[in-house]
Order: sequence, then C-alpha cells, then structure tokens
Amino acid sequence: MDITTFISQIENEIEELTPGSLKPETEFTSLKEWSSMHVLILIALIDTEYNVTITGADLQQCKSVNDLFNVVKSRV
Amino acid sequence: MAFLSVANINIRGMAACVPQHTESNRDYDWISEKERELLIKTTGIESRRIVQNGMCTSDMCYESARQLLDHFKVDKAEVEVLIFVSQSPDYILPATSIILQDRLGLPKSAMAFDIQLGCSGYLYGLSVITNLMSSGNFKKGLLLAGDVSSFSQSKKDKSTYPIFGDAGTATLLEYDPAAEKINFNLQSDGSGYKAIMISDGGLRNPYTSESEVMKEHEPGIIKNKRNLFLDGIEVFNFSLREAPQNAQALMKHLGTTTEDYDYFIFHQANKIMNESIRKKLKLPAEKVPYSLDTFGNTSSASIPLTIVTQLQDKTLNSTSLFLSAFGVGLSWGSASLHVKDMVCLPLIEL
Repeated sequence: MDITTFISQIENEIEELTPGSLKPETEFTSLKEWSSMHVLILIALIDTEYNVTITGADLQQCKSVNDLFNVVKSRV
Repeated sequence: MAFLSVANINIRGMAACVPQHTESNRDYDWISEKERELLIKTTGIESRRIVQNGMCTSDMCYESARQLLDHFKVDKAEVEVLIFVSQSPDYILPATSIILQDRLGLPKSAMAFDIQLGCSGYLYGLSVITNLMSSGNFKKGLLLAGDVSSFSQSKKDKSTYPIFGDAGTATLLEYDPAAEKINFNLQSDGSGYKAIMISDGGLRNPYTSESEVMKEHEPGIIKNKRNLFLDGIEVFNFSLREAPQNAQALMKHLGTTTEDYDYFIFHQANKIMNESIRKKLKLPAEKVPYSLDTFGNTSSASIPLTIVTQLQDKTLNSTSLFLSAFGVGLSWGSASLHVKDMVCLPLIEL
C-alpha cells in the first residue's frame, strides 16, 4: 500500500474534502470540515479496503494522515 | 457457537406500531445545518417516530398484538405463551408481559415473561419462544418486541438523539409440524457492556441527584447518567467484526450460501454500519431492505418493523429470510428461516 492511494481513497470517500487538499502531514482535527461522522466513514473505509480495524485509541494517537497510514500499513 | 435448530414453528403474521409523531433530523437544531446533512447522509436516518404523552412500548406492542389476533380471528385460549422483549418496561416490577397477558385477554394458563435485550432482542426472543413451542405444548404464541428509546435520550447528545426511534411490534407464531426448521446462531460478549449503557438507576449505581447532572463529554454531547451512552467507534468496530462472522458461521453450519436467501433483514443500526456489513457479506443491495430512513434505530423492533414496512407488498408465501442483529450487551446473532403464507399487517400508527 502507498500513501498516495491511501489519500485518494480518503478524498473519494469524504465528499467534503477538496481533492488534492489532503497531504501526508495534514492533521485531521485541523480540517474545518472534520466531524465524528467522518471518523466512522474513515473506519469503514479502512475496514473495507484493508481489512484493518482502527480503534478510538488508535485515532487519538494518529494526529496526521501519515500517522494513520503507518498504523494501517503495520497491520495489513 | 450457540447454534440452535427449532422445528415445528410457523410464523403466521407480524404487525408493527409506531407513534404518529414524526421528528425530522432536518429540524435537529442542536447541530449546524452542515452537520445535519452529513449526519443524515452517513446514518441514513431522515426522521424518527417519537412517543408523546407518556405512551409506552407496551401500548404499541399491545395494539400490534390486538390487531394480529383480530385479523386471524385467533381463539385466545390457544395463546398460552407471551414474551415481551424490551429495555423500556412499564414498571421496574412486575414484568410488562404479565400485564399484557391480561390486557390482551389471554388465558391464565399462559406463561408470560420479559426478556431484557435491545438490538439483538428480536432474535433472542424468537429463539426462546420457538423452543418453548416446538414440542407442541402451546398451539400459539406471541412475541412482542420494541422500545421507547426516546425516554433515555438527551436532546443535547448528537451521538444518540438523532439515531433512535420508538416502535412496538408483535409476531404471531403457531405450532405446525409441517414448518421448516428455524436456525439460530446467538452470541454474547459482556466485556463490552460499557459500550452502550444507561449507567444510573439500577442497583449497581442507584439513582441520586448526581444522576441528573448534565455533563459535556465532547462537543455536541451533553448528557447525564440516566441518559443513554453510546461509544460509536467501539460499537461500530464490534458490529463490523462480529456480525458478518456470525452470519457466515451460521450459513456454513447449515450448508447454505447468501444466494439461498431472498432477503437479509439487518437490525437497523445506521446506514454506514449496515452497508459495511452488507458489503462484507457481498450482498446485493436489493436483497437488504432498510426502514431506518424514516424510523431510525428502533432497537428490538427493527427487524419486524423492517419486514412489515419493506416487505409488505412482496410475496411472503414462500420466502427465505436471513436475519442478523447486533448491539447492546454486547449481544448479537443471526437466524435462518423460511416463511410460508406469512401475513404482514399494514403499519399501525398510534
């Protein structure tokens, strides 16, 4: 898995995100569109695409897109 | 795995009752318009039915049962078992089912008891009543399932208030040696009991003035300890992990595949969760009906309410159904059944 694909999957799934706006260093909570609904969308996406479970504790530790990517990659 | 196989039971009919009063999530002004749109799109819940003026779960179950008994012109003397599945009883005691036995005019020879389960409750109730009736001791039985979830909601909690709706249902079962077997796979995991709970008001945490103190848990979530708490992420991951596995295990046990079923009726949790489960099981969308868009998550009523409202016009004279439910407890399960000449009454609004 690579981070470019990961980012485009997130941008495709979350319509509120402008394509191309998400960077590896982007922090989720800094996105003005970000909400608890997006967290569920993200968890469902990762589960469907990578068969990896992301917990609430994981999300508290993952500040940036890159942090989350690394967690998913370590469990694939 | 708790696999159960029950013979000799025919599901004769179902009825579902909802309150007349509708609350639209588009009017839920505790959150911004943008958030409302995202909430509706993600959960799939446009509106919910909410009780007014003290209507109880038992009132909706009573009306559903009364109309079923009338429709089939049932000799009430033959209805000797009644189970009420709910987490919103009339009283702390006695059990609501016993009050319903008298209210419905069922004989004193009837056994009646409550089962305190939510999301998975319909499947548990169905497994218990069919097992009780399987030996032919009872000719007919009533399974009543539903909840008034709104009684425990904080309007200032965006994680629960726009999700749950109120409903009460009734299922009429009869002893029939020609009926195909109903199969179940039921599971529990009490280690997750805190994921969905009302913490105060029982014996562990008795009600005190402290129970009423409203506290902000996170932005948009203000509630007290008598309000329903829901750990969305925990429940989401649990459901995604366990529901498909449980369903697949039952099908494997029975030697069936998803193609052997006409419809898959899921507990109506929320759209993103249910769609994820549907995709994991590789089910075509047309086989998985939803009622949550207009009724929300109706707890143990969700499966019969979905059947009554979504399969009303379909032919249920010979139909294979696969039921799956998951949630509070944590408790979950699935059932495989074939219905013949099952009648769904038109939705009742009370």
